[in-house]
Amino acid sequence: MSKHYYESDDLKKFGNVGEFQKNLADKFFDYYGEVFKDSELSAREKSLIALAVAHAVQCPYCIDAYSSDAYEKGWSESQMMEAVHVACAIRGGASLVHGVQMMNKVKEIAM
Amino acid sequence: MKSLKAAHNILADAQQQIEILEHGKNGDFVLVPFEDKLRASNLFPLKPTQMEIFQVNIGKMCNQTCKHCHVDAGPDRKEIMTRETMQQCLEVLKNHPQLKTVDLTGGAPEMNPDFRWFVEEIKKLNRHVTVRCNLTIILANKKYYDLPYFYKEHQVEITSSLPFYRKDRTDNQRGNGVFENSIKSLQLLNEVGYGKVETGLILNLVYNAAGAFLPPSQSSLEKEYKQELKKQFGIEFNNLFSITNMPISRYLDYLLMSGNYESYMEKLVSSYNPSAAANVMCRNTVSVGWDGFLYDCDFNQMLELKVNSKTTNIRNFNFDELNNRTIRTGQHCYGCTAGAGSGCGGTTT
Repeated sequence: MSKHYYESDDLKKFGNVGEFQKNLADKFFDYYGEVFKDSELSAREKSLIALAVAHAVQCPYCIDAYSSDAYEKGWSESQMMEAVHVACAIRGGASLVHGVQMMNKVKEIAM
Repeated sequence: MKSLKAAHNILADAQQQIEILEHGKNGDFVLVPFEDKLRASNLFPLKPTQMEIFQVNIGKMCNQTCKHCHVDAGPDRKEIMTRETMQQCLEVLKNHPQLKTVDLTGGAPEMNPDFRWFVEEIKKLNRHVTVRCNLTIILANKKYYDLPYFYKEHQVEITSSLPFYRKDRTDNQRGNGVFENSIKSLQLLNEVGYGKVETGLILNLVYNAAGAFLPPSQSSLEKEYKQELKKQFGIEFNNLFSITNMPISRYLDYLLMSGNYESYMEKLVSSYNPSAAANVMCRNTVSVGWDGFLYDCDFNQMLELKVNSKTTNIRNFNFDELNNRTIRTGQHCYGCTAGAGSGCGGTTT
């Protein structure tokens, strides 16, 4: 086991997860490939969505992969940062909206 | 910015570049030899299919000094093809109708004082002519202002680099102000009919990645380019060629200086595509250097890897011998076989 939980070189080994369970890995990678193809949304648009989601789930591998992919697909630095802000806003909003729950509870028990 | 040669950079020496490509900067970075990949694809030794494209590099002088230039071209390069060598090229074309297309490149080919004469003489031999025009040359000096008319008169196909449809990426790669002048030149070419379907005057644009990455899908990019250039500037063009940056010369220097060399090479190797390898441009091309020497492609030319044949100069051109030669390959060739493949006409698969 490495001394670090995250190693950038591990991203290259992602495809090897099939070593322990080939059937499910094959199904996942087929699905993954299909998801990112040009369709109702272009592969370019999907790349920017993936970048935002990568930040929302805070996956360093995904951030590495989709920062390159989105830039390669022609998104500008400012467009990419706006996508990250969308992720940030949703994450922040997701916390804040629970404030309503807190308010409801407080109002329920307060005199 | 100076050329590598003028800056006395070690990469101005082709042998040094080959050394790095084979063993890495510190001699300890080795990748699968390209020949092994070809062998596994049943393509070794690599042979021509049929020579059809006669590519002539008529000089390394250029009005631009682009960061990715595989020629190391620039205003300080003085290597220029003489009219005598051009005459030898014309003689070869006269005797070999199989060579259907003449692809003129540089530097900025227009800066060769015999450029227009050469185009006129080639057209007299009834050949299709493509010129790799960097666009800004049209506005660089009064004497070039009429180039769009010259091209139209001789029905020349124009292929021009525009690394992106936005200013930032284009200027980062090709120099400040290049985007704006390229747009003006494209508008001038459109005005005389280039890029309009009904005129038959072909205008192609070339995408090069402005960084250490591979190009995205050519067809998707073409749609975006057409949409954006039309919307923002009213520009039309025919085809977009998406070309992978070759890890040689100034682009190699950029990769090494930015610390991206190893990851870029690994990406090229892991993206090796046997179908792209079967369609590499060197199989139907012969490349002539400014001094008349013959090469498999413009990249081998810049690495000074002359054709593997008794015939190595335009003076003693032997079609059959060249058409049966074994093409010289090396680690740089991964640049043409990654992903959808890459050649002077864009993707190859």
